Amino acid sequence: MRNAFIRGLTALAERDRRVVLLTGDLGFKIFDDFAARFPRRFFNAGVAEANMMSVAGGLALGGLRPFAYSIVPFATLRCLEQIRNDICYQEAAATVVGVGGGYSYGPNGATHHALEDIAIMRCLPNMTVVCPGDPVEAELAALAAGTHAGPLYLRLGRAGDEVVHTSPPPFSIGRALVLSEGSDCALIATGGILPVAVAAAEQLAREGISCRLVSMHTVKPLDEVLLRRCAAEFGVLFTIEEHGLIGGFGSAVGEWLAASGVRCRLRSFGTRDGFAHLCGDQKYFRQLQGLTAEHIARQVLEALKDCA
Amino acid sequence: MAHAGRTPHVASALSCADVLAALYFGALRIDPSTPEDEERDRFILSKGHGCMALYATLAERGFFPEEVLEEYARDGGRLAEHPSPRCVPGLDAATGSLGHGLSLGAGLALAAKIQEQSFRVFVLLSDAECAEGSVWEAALFAGSRGLDNLVAIVDFNKWSAMGRTGSYLEPLADKWKAFGWSCTEIDGHDADALGATFARVPFEPSRPAVIIAHTIKGKGVSFMENNLEWHYRPPNDNDLKQALEEIEGRES
Repeated sequence: MRNAFIRGLTALAERDRRVVLLTGDLGFKIFDDFAARFPRRFFNAGVAEANMMSVAGGLALGGLRPFAYSIVPFATLRCLEQIRNDICYQEAAATVVGVGGGYSYGPNGATHHALEDIAIMRCLPNMTVVCPGDPVEAELAALAAGTHAGPLYLRLGRAGDEVVHTSPPPFSIGRALVLSEGSDCALIATGGILPVAVAAAEQLAREGISCRLVSMHTVKPLDEVLLRRCAAEFGVLFTIEEHGLIGGFGSAVGEWLAASGVRCRLRSFGTRDGFAHLCGDQKYFRQLQGLTAEHIARQVLEALKDCA
Repeated sequence: MAHAGRTPHVASALSCADVLAALYFGALRIDPSTPEDEERDRFILSKGHGCMALYATLAERGFFPEEVLEEYARDGGRLAEHPSPRCVPGLDAATGSLGHGLSLGAGLALAAKIQEQSFRVFVLLSDAECAEGSVWEAALFAGSRGLDNLVAIVDFNKWSAMGRTGSYLEPLADKWKAFGWSCTEIDGHDADALGATFARVPFEPSRPAVIIAHTIKGKGVSFMENNLEWHYRPPNDNDLKQALEEIEGRES
């Protein structure tokens, strides 16, 4: 997703002279083309994320469109108060770009795992939270971020993320993408776990269950119109994210359900509370957390039986 | 304001009042009738708790009517004890959490460089604030990028919220120089010295400038000067009367 993001950002910078890219000393080689084309609009801000986020705020107050890039925990947790005060509070049109959503950096250990960022970013006032589901969405999200009027958090996967969309979908921040209409239940995924949701829907199809498959790339604001439609049609929603179950996408949908008065069941798939203490890659951790097509499909089948 | 609003930080405001006067009635290229002018000089009060002095200075300079000052620390008022963004004309950036202003200012200064604009950015920090690591991240960033349109002023009153700052800050000028800044030290209550110093920024081409302004916390009111109590205590009726007598007595 990071290559797709930088492709989108480069296209954006071509047509918008306000685009500025900051990196916290990460992204070896991937920014070379951008830096060569726009040398005055690319800055390695060094391993100093707190400063980088406030600088991004200042650039935005000065009329520019900064994108500040680092690995998720360093782009969000390390500099949380800077994002809160100097971007969100000032209503600065700056984009915080986190690479490595979920277990993308699995083997790097828990310091690099990104399982709290959606929860934390979405509770910041004025912040919009976008988690592209595949590289195609990531490229379109970078382009969309360029015309977004306020603070934005863009949560990317890493490299080699599976492509889901065979052609560019009509991407718009706040409008979820329906990949297949379906008639029995809704699987609603956010972020890089989308291909697993696709595979789960395929397994369920073999069991005779027709899923509405949704990429809800924008977690804040939620696409409430689509959620309401799914809730009304199916009476049960399944959310899928590679993120903690506390405060994440499933929680956001749950909050919306509680506040909306819509009567609907909710089953959320995400990660359990706790740090990883053993090593493993993304696939390993997804398996450990039940974030596999097989496990999700099985759980959905059981839940649908309970509903029946 | 502190009396009417029953708020703390009166000594912090008095500490930097002379610096603000020198900026707003001299150094800054601003026009109160066009507070959104893209080419205006920017000022960031990184020590946001000193904002009573800033609000009063902005009113005096004509950015808004003096009556607005009555909204300070009042329910539903625009003037909070730490400034919110664009709460009044002339106030650009929200501050209140220490250690943010210099980075924000560096971003603004960088924006001017990228867009080939001529405005300059002035950031006022407290000395105790220099304990924040992010101040030195910003110092390194601005120093290494030669942001000579950025000016930091350290309100060096030698007090933190709990005691004296000297022991952990000194040698302060050497620190800034080591981070690539050109540095000068002046009496932060000497209007002529402030004016002359602001007139010659940047001190060196391609280097940000820092002015270490030696100040007295609570300056101008005998019983508040160098008395940490006035970082916290709102003045009562008698305190206010005596303080005004002292200040007005000196002015006349």
